[in-house]
This record gives sequence, C-alpha cells and structure tokens, in this order.
Amino acid sequence: MKFSELTSMEEKIDQPLHEVVLLSQMLEDGSDPIELRNKTRIILDAMLDICEKNYGRAQKTLTGLCGDNAHLFSRWQPQMMGEFNYFATVTALSVIEANAAMGRIVACPTAGSCGVVPAMAYALRKIKKISIDCLVDALIVAGAVGKCIAQTVSISGAVAGCQAEIGTATAMASAMAVYSLSKDSKRVSHAAALSLKSLMGLVCDPVGGFVEIPCVKRNAVAVNIAISTAEMALCGIRSVIPLDEVIEAMARVGRSLPEELRETGLGGIASTKTATDLLEKIRGESL
Amino acid sequence: MNFLQIIGPVMIGPSSSHTLGAMRISKFVHKMIGEIPKYVEFYMHGSFAKTFKGHGTDRALLAGILGLKYDDERIKDSYSLARKMNLECSFITVDLGNVHPNTVRIKVQTQKGQHEIEGSSVGGGAIRIIKIDNVECELAWEYDTLMILNKDEPGALSKILSRMEANIANLFLKRINLLQATALTIIELDSPPERLDELLELPCVLECYFVPKDDFL
Ligand code: SF4
Repeated sequence: MKFSELTSMEEKIDQPLHEVVLLSQMLEDGSDPIELRNKTRIILDAMLDICEKNYGRAQKTLTGLCGDNAHLFSRWQPQMMGEFNYFATVTALSVIEANAAMGRIVACPTAGSCGVVPAMAYALRKIKKISIDCLVDALIVAGAVGKCIAQTVSISGAVAGCQAEIGTATAMASAMAVYSLSKDSKRVSHAAALSLKSLMGLVCDPVGGFVEIPCVKRNAVAVNIAISTAEMALCGIRSVIPLDEVIEAMARVGRSLPEELRETGLGGIASTKTATDLLEKIRGESL
Repeated sequence: MNFLQIIGPVMIGPSSSHTLGAMRISKFVHKMIGEIPKYVEFYMHGSFAKTFKGHGTDRALLAGILGLKYDDERIKDSYSLARKMNLECSFITVDLGNVHPNTVRIKVQTQKGQHEIEGSSVGGGAIRIIKIDNVECELAWEYDTLMILNKDEPGALSKILSRMEANIANLFLKRINLLQATALTIIELDSPPERLDELLELPCVLECYFVPKDDFL
C-alpha cells in the first residue's frame, strides 16, 4: 500500500483520513470498521495505562544493563528541554525500560521500539489535553503509516536495520502528533517523511542481542525527533521527497545493510571493546 | 496485512520473538493437552539456547504451559507460579539440527501420557509448530486445529473427514506406531468442528485434541 493512495482516496470520497484507513482495511480483508476502531481504542488504553504505571520508575532488568535511566531523568530539572519534550522523554525511557524488565508493553510497531508512540500519545493526552477519541483517530493514521513501511520495507531490525524499528516508530509518532493537532493528511505525510529521512540507515546493533543497549536511549531520542519533525510539518515545512519515495529508498538501504548490522549483535556498538567486556561479565551469572 | 498488527499487540517484553513467540508455542501445547502437566522439559535450540535467560524466554515458555494470557504481568514470576501449581520443569540446551534458530522442543508428561511438540518463533510473535508427536507439520496457529490419534486402518481417514462439516485448510498425517497400528492426523479448519463428540464415537478414533485458533492481537 502507498500512502498517496490513501490521501487521494480521501480527496475522492471526502472523508477524514482515519475513516479512509478503516474503509481501505475493510476492502482489503473484510474487517468491520467499528471493530477495528474498538480494538484500536483498547490498544490506546493499554498504552496510556502502561505509561502511567511506569512513569519514572526504576526497573530491574534481566541482564542489569539498564533500568535506572527513567528514574534518574524523571528527577532532573531540565535545563534546555520544554515541558512536552521532557515529559515525552521520561515516558519513552520508562516504557522501554519496563520492556527490558519483562513488563507489559505495546509492540507498536515492535517491542524494541515500544517507547516512542506511547510516549507521544501520553504527552499529547497529558500536556496537550487531546481527547481520547482524537487520539484513537490519530493512532489509526499512525498505523497506516507503519503499514505502508511494513509492506515495502519491513518493521524488523533483523531484516532492514533499526531504521525499520525506531525509524518506523518515529514516523508513526510524528504522524500521530500532526494528525491529532491538525487533521491535515498532507502534513502527516511530510512529518513521517522527515522522520524517516532523519533515521535513514540506522543500524541494528544491540549489545549481546538484548533489547537494552542502545535501544533504551534510542527510544528516548526518537520521540524527540518525532516532536521536531511534527512541529516542522505543522508549520508548513515540507519534505521535498514524498513519503512513498522515502519509504522505497529506505527499502533499498535496508537491503544493502550487511548482516552484522541487522540484529546479530556482531557489528556497530555491539562489537566494541566495552560491549564485549560487559557481556563477558554478565554471561556467567545470568544468561 | 491489518494495521492492528502494526500498532499492537499488547504483550510482555523484551522481544516479540523471544517472549511472545516462545510463549505462543508453549501455550499451543497447553491448549492441546487441556491441562497443566505434571512435568515439562524444554529443549532449547540455537539463539534460544544461547540467550534464553537474558531474554526471559524460559519464563515465557513456562507461562505458556501454565496457560497465562500474553500480557499477564505474572509471566516474569512464572517460576514461582509453576512451583505453586506443582509443575516441575527443566531446560536443556540442544542442537535440533536444521531448524529455525529460535526453536524449542517441548516434552510434557500429563495424567494420560506423554507428548512432544516442536515449534519455532519466526518473528513478530508469529510461530510455526513443526512437529507434533513425531508428525511433521507446519502450523502457524492461524486456524482451528484438530489432532486425532486414530487406528491406522483402511478407510479411517475418510470416515473422519466425513464427520467434518467445516472446510479443511490443511491436513498432515503420519503413521506413528507400527506395532499398535496408530496414526496421527492433524487438520487445520476454517471454523471450529461442530460435533467433536461424534468424532470420538467413531471406532477408529482413539484420542482427539482440539486447539481453537489463537487471536493474539
Ligand atoms: S537496535 Fe535493533 S533491537 Fe534495538 S531497537 Fe533498534 S532494531 Fe530494535
């Protein structure tokens, strides 16, 4: 599916984009739009609940490689960040550290990138007071952006690198923010394209293969990228390269990534001296 | 592809292939035997063998055998839960040969007997059950699945199929015991069978297991 197909359908039938997404899903596999919406609502509720329960909590992860970042950051008086970014960053750290500690999460789009979209949703709800209904609409649109990427590239780090996980999550989060603040589908596509371009080529290099280093901090940074691209798109800044073409480029980049940089734990920061030493240390005890 | 697959599912971390997928394999076993077994052995292969503790794959597998829901926060504590339920378990690392790197063989001892199921977690929570009691198969658990231990005699299969009203999507069959002349028939159906007890009345049917399709979204 191409994103431009959805936007042109939107013009043709003169319905808001989230309705178009539901309709096109129904045409594709016979899903009932009402049920799709209800299930999206359940997923959104789970996201907000998980964010609330874990906000700023210290976690005990299986390997002990991370777990206190959210807690530390939640007690910090930010020097540069504004309220929205700070709140979203604490949330992203909290959720992804809960993931590493075998907590409940929403794999949106994957477990390794589960902090980004929920952090955006929670910040939009708590700071911008966006209504639940409006967030459901925006999550449906974010889902469509993710689906376009999944069908052309992949959402698996093992297949196309971290650009496919964190990159996709960032595109989805920015789409969600723009849609809930403007309902403007053109701007949504620009935000998503700007996000993907910012993370194009990002490699998947988890230390020891565990979803902790660098994944935890990447989630936190990613939500800030999503906030900046969304803000730019909202003011009318455009991505010169259209979203569908950016996605195709991402697929080509994914195919040219060597295996060491696709979740094997063999390349990138996973192959640094410190990483090897760390693994040696924890291997005896816990793996 | 449905966009709900992208924005979900709700699960327990840290990784859809190492926790959710693993748990779905053992939950298939739980549903098949319809009880919490007395004893279970997990034979861990490949990446499962190397990193199962650091990924919590062992806890997820145990939680599945106990029949927990995929987003149950007690998955993390499944060892102590298993102890409370009197389930004994052990984890053994093995080389299962030319199979997917995330593969586990599960041996269970129930009131009635023993079963051995092998499954792979192939990514994003998707699974393939590749062997049930020595019968090779390829179940993604996207269908209602019926497993029938039947007498290996002429006409048995057609008798079984004649009692089936639901449309058959896939069928796997193999003789499993030459001496006792038994075979295992695995059938994937488009909808649940309506008359399961009638099937058991057939003289050629010895045992019957039904696993409803898994909606993990
Ligand atoms: S580095 Fe790999 S494992 Fe970690 S979030 Fe990115 S894609 Fe997922």
